[in-house]
Amino acid sequence: MARVLLIEDDPAVQKGVSLALGRRGHDVEVAARGETGLLALERYRPDLVLLDLMLPRMSGLEVCRRIRESKQVPIIILSARGDEIDMVVGLEAGADDYITKPAGGEIIEARMKAVLRRVAPSQDARGAVLPTGVEHYADLTVDRTTLVVTKHGAELPLAPSELKLLLFLTSTPGQVYSRHQLLEQVWEYAFYGDVRLVDACVMRLRAKIENHPRRPVYVQTVRGFGYRFGPVE
Amino acid sequence: MSTRFRLPRGLRARLVAAFLVAAAFGALLTAGLTFQQARSAILERTQNSAVADLRAQLDSLAPDLTMPPSGKDLRGLTLQLDRAGGARAWRSSASYQGGDPVSASPGAPPVPRGLREAVQDNGQAAYERTEGDGDPRLTVGMPVAHTPDPARPNRAGKLSGLTVYASFPLDDDRADIDALVTAARTGAIPSLVLAVIPALFAARSVLRPVRRLRSGAERVAAGKFDTRLDAEGHDELADLTRSFNTMAATLQKDDAELRRMEAGARRFAADVAHELRTPLAAMIAVTEVLDEDAACGALPADTADAVRLISGETRKIARLVEDLMEVSRFDAGAAPLDAENLDLRAIVSKTLRLRGWADDERVGTDLPAPVPVHADPRRVDVVLANLIGNALRHGSPPVTVSARVEDDQAVVTVTDHGPGIPADVLPHVFERFYKADAARARSEGSGLGLAIAQENALLHGGVLTAGNAPGRGAVFTLALPLAASPQEQR
Repeated sequence: MARVLLIEDDPAVQKGVSLALGRRGHDVEVAARGETGLLALERYRPDLVLLDLMLPRMSGLEVCRRIRESKQVPIIILSARGDEIDMVVGLEAGADDYITKPAGGEIIEARMKAVLRRVAPSQDARGAVLPTGVEHYADLTVDRTTLVVTKHGAELPLAPSELKLLLFLTSTPGQVYSRHQLLEQVWEYAFYGDVRLVDACVMRLRAKIENHPRRPVYVQTVRGFGYRFGPVE
Repeated sequence: MSTRFRLPRGLRARLVAAFLVAAAFGALLTAGLTFQQARSAILERTQNSAVADLRAQLDSLAPDLTMPPSGKDLRGLTLQLDRAGGARAWRSSASYQGGDPVSASPGAPPVPRGLREAVQDNGQAAYERTEGDGDPRLTVGMPVAHTPDPARPNRAGKLSGLTVYASFPLDDDRADIDALVTAARTGAIPSLVLAVIPALFAARSVLRPVRRLRSGAERVAAGKFDTRLDAEGHDELADLTRSFNTMAATLQKDDAELRRMEAGARRFAADVAHELRTPLAAMIAVTEVLDEDAACGALPADTADAVRLISGETRKIARLVEDLMEVSRFDAGAAPLDAENLDLRAIVSKTLRLRGWADDERVGTDLPAPVPVHADPRRVDVVLANLIGNALRHGSPPVTVSARVEDDQAVVTVTDHGPGIPADVLPHVFERFYKADAARARSEGSGLGLAIAQENALLHGGVLTAGNAPGRGAVFTLALPLAASPQEQR
């Protein structure tokens, strides 16, 4: 059971999604506007935010940015716009995943579960085998037990998808993963998804962990194949 | 290298040739007429003076002749005539009463028969030109009349029966005529050469607008409908240029109108699909609630059926709207391609696994060797899922999916063992909402599946084709570009 804050202006969608998620045992709080959504965030303390992009007055993108200024709560964009550019902009603003409308309760719940899981399921299973202690990569420290990442001793505020991606990549440094593999492993996509979800997340992660995001040393691009962690000098 | 010489066929060459022919014709005509006139004048003068000379000589020699003259008298007369010929160097002969002409020197040329008859018949001086061995000669025949004699007044003016012939070469005259021909020739050639210059100018003045029209037409053909040409002057070419401009303006207007309408239609389709999405989002979210309650038996049977119907149809609408959105993305050129280098076999295997066909005995695979492909796996998956789904729905199992490298392309085929695609349906299978049988009930597809599959293939720079297997059953073939260099799929 999860506490979900749904920020959505269309009454029918509010009702439908609340009904579907309620049936699945989730608590749903609805906010019709961005401003009330931000207030509800403080009051309701949700586990997860479902955010519509097309909101009156304060747009969904703006809401997303405001939330990310102080909170690392998982955000899933719920958008009627299939237009990829909106999706990409939303992800760059800090959202962890996206769902295009119309989507049934099953799909929404699958996305929610994936983003709420702090580590990739493949690693969860191997959890006992993998070292759970603290790992050091140059200036970066990854604590697999407390799921805290620090740089020069300062804790980095990583969004759930960013943390999950970093934990996944650092578990096998130097191993190259294609973007579709990452969608499958980190975002737990059963079907093919939009790989720009991965690109946007990598971009945000680099902005937080790299000294020079344009010349990354931690999360490196392997042209034509995908991404890998390191090698770090 | 045996390229045959070809005459230039351009407008310029034809115009110049026409000018030259006209100039040559004019020069020839002028020269010919002049030559004809001059030659007859020269010959006439020569004849006249020769006849006058001969007559003068005869006037002084004939009176001494005894009548009728003997052969010796005649020979004497001709000898005297030859001597008196002087510069003209004629050879004379004489005949009496139609007898054979008697000549003083054995080398004298024979008198042409025609001339003799002419003189005899007419009783007047006559002449004839002969071309013996390319050596033109003039032969003059002159009947001699009796001189007025007081003793025989009745004979005065009557023909005496004596005819004198004189033949002399026309060498000097020929030289004069040759000079005329040479003059005509030396005049004609420079005039022909000079005619080339106005010919080139005329060709240029015609060709320039023609060339401008051609490049204008080429620009219009390339889709630049804003092309306009300057129409100067009032000749036919200027009229043609103005017509061209009118045509281009009409085309531009029609093109803009068509584009506007097409963009409008596409935007409308996209807007409709988009507007449908929000209410559908609410409906789709609750279909599971409906399904659950219809299944648990809490509802009256009729209501449960109605609820199931609504739930199922809602999902179909949602799928149709998704497909419409996808089609409008293709139409707008807004469909992104995230291509990477992969093994096509991996995509096929994953599609079978994702769609639950991996353990389905109706679907077999033939994947003998790696097929390095440069493709967006998400889009290839959409195509394959559609093709295999169609094969299972409309064809008969087993459905075989095979991948291989063929003609520098990565090729995947989906073959079924159904009745195949009728020949009249085959050209239309990729059309949007095409229904092979108008009476047939709606299938579970949106009617856009194959159209989207083909758009996906085209987006890759590949092709999707439909056909029938030699035995029976439909074959769909998707050809995609190979990966630049064969890479192992990670």
